[in-house]
Amino acid sequence: MKKRTIAVMLTAAMAAVSLAGCGGSNTGATQAAAPAAAGGATEAEKAEAPEEKAKEQAEAPADGELIKVGIINNDPNESGYRTANDADLKAMFTKENGYEASFAYSLKNDEQITAAQKFIQDEVDYLLLSAADTSGWDSVLQDANDAGIGVILFDRTIDASEDLYLASIVSDMAKEGETAVNWLAGQGLDQYNIIHIQGVMGSAAQQGRTGALDEKVAAETSWTLVTQQTAEWNSEKAQQIVQSVIDSGTEFNVIYAENDDMAKGAVAALDKANISHGVGKDVIVMGFDCNKWALQELLDQNWNYDGQCNPFQAAYIDEVIKKVEKGEALAEKVIIMDEKGFDATTITEDDVNNYGI
Amino acid sequence: MTMAKKKTVFTSRQIFIPIAALLLLALFNLAVDPSFFKITLGRNSAGDPVLTGYLMTILDYGSEVAILAIGMTLVTAACGGQDISVGAAVAIAGSVILRVLVGIGGDGTLQAPILVGFLAACAVSMLFGAFNGVLVAVFRIQPMVATLILYTAGRSIAAWINNNELPIVTDKSFTYFGGFIPGIPIPTPFFLAVVCIALALLVLRYTTLGLYTQAVGINASSSRLNGLNPAFIKWLSFVILGLCVAVVGLIKTSRLSTINYSVIAKDIEMDAILAVALGGNVLSGGKFNIMASIVGAYVIQFLTTTLYKFNVSSDALPAYKAVVVILLVVLSAPAVKDKLMGLAKKQKGVG
Repeated sequence: MKKRTIAVMLTAAMAAVSLAGCGGSNTGATQAAAPAAAGGATEAEKAEAPEEKAKEQAEAPADGELIKVGIINNDPNESGYRTANDADLKAMFTKENGYEASFAYSLKNDEQITAAQKFIQDEVDYLLLSAADTSGWDSVLQDANDAGIGVILFDRTIDASEDLYLASIVSDMAKEGETAVNWLAGQGLDQYNIIHIQGVMGSAAQQGRTGALDEKVAAETSWTLVTQQTAEWNSEKAQQIVQSVIDSGTEFNVIYAENDDMAKGAVAALDKANISHGVGKDVIVMGFDCNKWALQELLDQNWNYDGQCNPFQAAYIDEVIKKVEKGEALAEKVIIMDEKGFDATTITEDDVNNYGI
Repeated sequence: MTMAKKKTVFTSRQIFIPIAALLLLALFNLAVDPSFFKITLGRNSAGDPVLTGYLMTILDYGSEVAILAIGMTLVTAACGGQDISVGAAVAIAGSVILRVLVGIGGDGTLQAPILVGFLAACAVSMLFGAFNGVLVAVFRIQPMVATLILYTAGRSIAAWINNNELPIVTDKSFTYFGGFIPGIPIPTPFFLAVVCIALALLVLRYTTLGLYTQAVGINASSSRLNGLNPAFIKWLSFVILGLCVAVVGLIKTSRLSTINYSVIAKDIEMDAILAVALGGNVLSGGKFNIMASIVGAYVIQFLTTTLYKFNVSSDALPAYKAVVVILLVVLSAPAVKDKLMGLAKKQKGVG
């Protein structure tokens, strides 16, 4: 009986905590839940009021008329990249910059499509889209076109006719790989024995970053892959893969990890075996994505290179919209963002603060 | 007297399966490349002595699964089902530790003793274990379905605990738990596993927990008629698993001094369940042998490390594991076992 009372009390305490947890996550959800819900429910109510306001404004000789944008993005919790991307968009599409923005978040394509339909009904001026999946967008984008809404893709491309969108602002993953490989070639080592740690196989980032290295290794006799394994963006797996190479006693002098997390895992294995790494040391460490902590490692000379995957698309989108509003033609449909590669010998404190995500 | 004897024979037979598997793997490696067993004493970048080599890697990483296998064995025995949420629960535990130690927006220095962070993680993990336990024991939901809730939500909860930031601990002493304590060349996770195993064995030896768990697992209603409280025993097994989860959370976050909510301890629940299966425990509940599960856990890591050594693509690891597991589970199935025993007897008779 006593045991049962204890059990019941614990259960109650647990339930309270878990409820508090959920409640907290809702109120605290500056990023995820609330805005996503806002995209669905509150938008419906809100939509009518601002619309009328917008009409009034349109009738009045309004000089400060806001451009309505509907932004469909992936869940900002997905990764540091996405968090930075979302923050960048939120900072750009504000009232001060002449925009009235609504946000919808989902990692699921069908939910994103529903959100797009909602935005079309709300008569936004522009639909900004980072699609969860490449397919299934034709009909809804056609609807948007029919309604005279300009569609701008960012970060991710889709399998649809180019006529359906104004512009597509993307990263060129193959170029990221090339920049990194060219940098590595510039280090002038006699022999490149590379541990290549790949991301989730088949993802655009993995294919681009692997492609350039594979080509170089095939072309040069002095470049060899000691091992080529996928760690699926996972630092623990990367640590085990590098550990295994160290245990086998095979010589290597480069770690080419396709993201920062995996590079970190690899470095943990190196530290354990007392293999020096970084500028002027035994092993060159390369990562991607430019997380702030990773750039800090560069600044501390523990790593050698970090390739950027630019999450800051808002400025590009803003430029496209401004041009279209003025009636200017866009020079190109697919806009590839500038992406840097940082070298530990030249990186500065400012770079860490400006480009770290 | 005969009962006791019978029991020891039974347990020794159960633990025979994972030990045989371990020997088989060891022999295979010995035949292909004896350098697999080489252990060297070196120094890590902090200048402390460390033992390295494949065997040490196995001890190191196998210990995580071994710790989880303790709790998973009890859950399996009492409830006749498995907890598939341990990976997500490890993410939560790790997140709690970092939240307490560094806090949101912290600069990486410790704001609380590591012990406090660990105890907080224990409390939270046990609460989540209790949540699973209530669903299973009180509401009688199938364990796999009940724990599916936390399996789905756990990583988001973990991200929420730290406001989706990725805190990094800069304090060196935090790395001891997943690495090495200065001066001791054996990986700390192994010691943590030994402590957990010793505690578990002591509890089983000096309390009636083992007997009660077994009774509840074999037949819950008849054990109730005998004065036990099956719901409480089932619930308790989940709480104990929660404690194991907290220890693994500490090891995992300590390894890298940070956390990645979406990938930390990914699929570790499968390894833990495999360890229980490899240990020859009845997956539908009842009789169990914790030591066999623990050996099973090290067998899984032995296999993983062997495959890494032969440069098998890490994508393909689960497939290889599956083949080995199918073999072992089929071999240990009662039908096959009886047949083999029959054959052996016949051989003896002929000889």
